[in-house]
Amino acid sequence: MPLPHRMDPAAIRGLTRARPGRRAALKLSALAAAGAALAGCSIRGQRLTEQSPERYWAGKESNGHLRFANWPLYMDPERPQLDQFTQHTGITVDYRESIQDNPSWFGRIQPVLASGGDIGADLMVMTNGLEFTRLRELGYLAPLDHALLPTYADHGGSSYKNTSYDPGNRFSVPYTSGITGIAYNPDRVDREITSLADLWDPAFRGRVGMMRDPQEIANFALLLDGVAPADSTPADWDAAAARLAEQRDNGIVRAYYEQDYIQPLTNGDVWLTMAWSGDVFQQNAAEGTRLEFVVPEEGGTIWTDNMMIPITARNPVDAIMLMDFLYDPAIAADLTEYINYVTPVPEAQDVIRDRAARASGEERQALADLAESPLVFPTDEEYARLHSYVTPDAGDAEAFTSRFLAITQA
Amino acid sequence: MKAKTTPYLLVLPAWIWLAIFFVVPICGMLSVSLMTGNVLDGFTQTFHVANYAEAIDRYWRQILRSLAYGACATALCVAIGYPVAAWIAFRGGRHKTTYLLLLLLPFFVSQVLRTISWRFLLADDGVLLGPLKSIGLLPEDAHVLSTPLAVVTGLAYSHLPFMVLPIYAVLERVDHRVVEAARDLYATRAQAFLRVVLPMSLPGVFAGVLMVFVPTSADYVNASLLGGTGTTMIGNVIQSQYLVNNDYPMAAAITFVLMALLLAGIFGYARALGTERVMEVRA
Repeated sequence: MPLPHRMDPAAIRGLTRARPGRRAALKLSALAAAGAALAGCSIRGQRLTEQSPERYWAGKESNGHLRFANWPLYMDPERPQLDQFTQHTGITVDYRESIQDNPSWFGRIQPVLASGGDIGADLMVMTNGLEFTRLRELGYLAPLDHALLPTYADHGGSSYKNTSYDPGNRFSVPYTSGITGIAYNPDRVDREITSLADLWDPAFRGRVGMMRDPQEIANFALLLDGVAPADSTPADWDAAAARLAEQRDNGIVRAYYEQDYIQPLTNGDVWLTMAWSGDVFQQNAAEGTRLEFVVPEEGGTIWTDNMMIPITARNPVDAIMLMDFLYDPAIAADLTEYINYVTPVPEAQDVIRDRAARASGEERQALADLAESPLVFPTDEEYARLHSYVTPDAGDAEAFTSRFLAITQA
Repeated sequence: MKAKTTPYLLVLPAWIWLAIFFVVPICGMLSVSLMTGNVLDGFTQTFHVANYAEAIDRYWRQILRSLAYGACATALCVAIGYPVAAWIAFRGGRHKTTYLLLLLLPFFVSQVLRTISWRFLLADDGVLLGPLKSIGLLPEDAHVLSTPLAVVTGLAYSHLPFMVLPIYAVLERVDHRVVEAARDLYATRAQAFLRVVLPMSLPGVFAGVLMVFVPTSADYVNASLLGGTGTTMIGNVIQSQYLVNNDYPMAAAITFVLMALLLAGIFGYARALGTERVMEVRA
């Protein structure tokens, strides 16, 4: 931006005068546009043919380097786990926090992958959801060779193997999981929140926060109707959308939030809101708030952020080595102490308990809280109440998202 | 000969720039807006004009709302920006540059960060509303965030300099002797302003209105961060059609509908407040 005293007033004034050339230019561009439209090129189908793991991995070798694209706050800023990996293997890692949300990351990499280009990452983390399903169906992910993942085989939790969204873990292994439930501010809400129906209670008119993500809100409305999201049909989606429209039109919803609901909840702008477990844990730890998080009695949802290798990766061998390395229980415990979400390595709980026993003072308490937190290490009963996401086929995906975008974007 | 071609050579880079980065993408988008298909199987050109009908049918509310928010924000900018520009131009003295710099200073910070800081300022029990509520000027459950008011004022705030600068540029050139002449002819201060200064400054207002109305109508940051239910603007719809739904033809069709409405509005506005005539007043 030019400094104000350099900005010539004449230049600004010039903007206010009609310029005869412009009309001609407009005509010309309109003609050109019509021409291009008539030429009618098309965007070709983006599906790539699927490869077998043997063929993909044949002849591939470690290059001593890899690029890892992850989400913000998903690893200690000092990256100690990556240093350990480098000490162990000699492989250096270029770690970037380039992923803010699934749709825009997908939007960025999809055209590059379609043209067979390098996306600048050999390992990336995406949530099990529409974009992940799309990447898989488009053939943009490298098939994993499980012979190269022995640590995962030994230490990965059973609920993190053979997942519904990626049968046989052919393309991905989990990085971390989280629970979507209800967070509330006990300073404002004078009763215990236990149920999804509380989010529809007129007593909280204008004080309820909902998520903007089409899948997240769909899940909650489906569970309210007693439908398991993973088994839902388009008729269920209609009923769920009607529920959500009613909740919105009765003025119960204050706003639909992206990932920014924690501050309004702390400030008291909303009293109860859909929330992710780790956010609540982190906020309470960092700001000393007393926010409560519950898995509703109708059930909550569990999502998983997964590591995967794009088909055009330049260093896939290094990437799969790092994938496997992160399943070492000590490393997984380190990661969990920073991330505060659910780790796919159950043995990390014992590691953190051990560390708590050896630590002292505040740190001991913090580690003990973490090891015993049901939000970080859910029990089997809690797992039983957690549902997977709706995973519509690629063909139905648009019909699904359109229904729920119409709720949040009225 | 050489002298004749020089002007054309000088504008050549601009033409090439516009052709590559404006005309080509626009044509591409126009083409996409008529396609059918999905992201997996690809999109084919079928001259599916119904995309436009569907875009208008499904999103006319958001389109009208965006234009209305844009108009309100623009009016707010004129109301706030004109006195500021006049004060700097007439009373700024030696420090005019400093004042302009101060006006622009907040805009060296990213728009998203500034908008997020508004959420702290306007929180229900925050620094602004909290005291007003505790002295009973506002009811306990009053709120500004998540309302159209928050979105419109946010829009006006983030585009204020685009209104102040053009008005300032015009006012700064007003010859003060003309105003003195008006006063000598027994015009009151108000008459001198209304019949002398204001007409001379209209080109600046015209430019300011264009520079504020167009981007505010297409904005999506404010609605997304400050809005609540029922404040979605068309920019948010385009973004989610493109990124969440991967429905590129629909996103392109809405874009063209918005563009057509804005262009029609601007041409109508230019004709009504014809810049040439405004300039004649000055002469």
